[in-house]
Amino acid sequence: MIKALFEYQFLQNAFLSGILASIVCGIIGVIIVEKKLVMMSGGIAHTSYGGIGLGYLMGFEPIIGAFLFSACAALGIGYIKRKGGTHSDVVIGLFWSLGMALGILFIFLMPGYPPDLSSYLFGSILSVTKADLYLMISLTVIIMFVIIALFNDWKAYLFDEEFATIRGIKTAFLEYLLLVLIAMTVVVLIRVVGIILVLALLTAPAAAAGMLTSNLKKRMIYSVILGMIFCISGLWISYVINIASGAAIVILSVICYFLIYMIRSIRRGLEQKKVATENERP
Amino acid sequence: MSGEYAVHIENLSVHYGQTPAIMGVCLDVSDGEYLGIIGPNGGGKSTLLKAILGLIPISSGNISIYGGNAHKNRSLVGYVPQFAVLNRKFPISLLEVVLTGHLKQGLSPFFRYSSKDEESVHALLERVGIESLANRQISELSGGEFQKMLIARALATNPKLLLLDEPTASVDAASRDQIYGLLAELNKNMTIILVTHDLLAVSSQVTRLACLNGQLVYHGEPELTEKVVNNLYSCPVDLIAHGVPHRVLRDHGEE
Repeated sequence: MIKALFEYQFLQNAFLSGILASIVCGIIGVIIVEKKLVMMSGGIAHTSYGGIGLGYLMGFEPIIGAFLFSACAALGIGYIKRKGGTHSDVVIGLFWSLGMALGILFIFLMPGYPPDLSSYLFGSILSVTKADLYLMISLTVIIMFVIIALFNDWKAYLFDEEFATIRGIKTAFLEYLLLVLIAMTVVVLIRVVGIILVLALLTAPAAAAGMLTSNLKKRMIYSVILGMIFCISGLWISYVINIASGAAIVILSVICYFLIYMIRSIRRGLEQKKVATENERP
Repeated sequence: MSGEYAVHIENLSVHYGQTPAIMGVCLDVSDGEYLGIIGPNGGGKSTLLKAILGLIPISSGNISIYGGNAHKNRSLVGYVPQFAVLNRKFPISLLEVVLTGHLKQGLSPFFRYSSKDEESVHALLERVGIESLANRQISELSGGEFQKMLIARALATNPKLLLLDEPTASVDAASRDQIYGLLAELNKNMTIILVTHDLLAVSSQVTRLACLNGQLVYHGEPELTEKVVNNLYSCPVDLIAHGVPHRVLRDHGEE
């Protein structure tokens, strides 16, 4: 595969998009897991399907439509959640299905044969174009800049939002900003693993990193590294045995998460046993 | 008039949807006072603190802090929340948590804590007795250590008024005594409002007592009389869940 990587442009694009996806997953995934925003991220991701359908119908780049829809969904869910009056999971569910329904409707309204949307739904890292790559690079740079620049404010906000509010930190702004960053992350991930599988790549590296360290910065770094391992290995597996790349990446991520979980549980059990044995000694 | 008080509350009502949480509360807290607030679960104690802090919208009434708008003067207030609402597994160290008390208002891009900030935090940790745990992750702290960390974080904001929401809940007896000792010392320089279920300790700690059960049932000297308790808790069995049943049950002649 390494020889082919130097030979073929599409493999270079795939490799680079895997790296970019790992960076945004590593950073935003940790925040999503800690802030318990996994289902909200799922809602934002699925709403983007409406934008893809609109892009095809109106004749503009579907990924731009995906970003517009997911950003609007992020801000809409955030606004309704903040204003209260209804459960956020209800709003998430409604946005989730509305986005999918609009996507189906827009594709239905298209004249002629409907396009193949499986690359958006399940990802197709091997079909990432230069234009996709430029968009992914821009969004990754923005996400990294925003998180690094406001790292201490993020830390205070994520640990205790009330205290941060009392300190005068603009927590409402941070919340909306975070939701827009999640929308950006979703767009970066759509071409790699697709709308349906986004949640696995958002959570598996971050949750696995959470079992390896209890330092926020290190957790993000470990999560980025794990994401890279999952993406590149998944890409390699899909190349070698000729299966769908998005599915290979997600299955590998989930298997690795459970492996780390099992190893950690066994290690903890052995440690507890050792302590118990030592305590029993006279 | 309100300028004489640390907190001046006029006819305060707060609703959650259609449900009233606090109705018509009038309460003045003098500068330097140590006020204890007790009451049954759902009596509005935490709601009152959050209203003072401007964290929840009020339905009617007025709150001022040191004679000024409560929202504007919020920087004068230190707050210790109930630790049950916080994520104790969050990946952050004790030192990092207390340092957040030194964050600037608004947003501060590329903000780094100064060595002066770190020095003052270490001094605070020493004062509350957890200096040796500075670099420990919060997931490794006991209940008492966690509460002391939250008190240190509130003190890092250099407050004139300290609000504490059940700081001795889920804390062992030794830590509870240390926290009460620390609060008594802090009261020499700042006004304290303490929400607690700890009826046995509160009378001996505070200088004034307020009893809240939706409305202000009592506000005055800290001695808990049978009449005060009867007015506050209509059902003595309720108190068993609050962890201090014996004295109150005896007061009610149930034991």
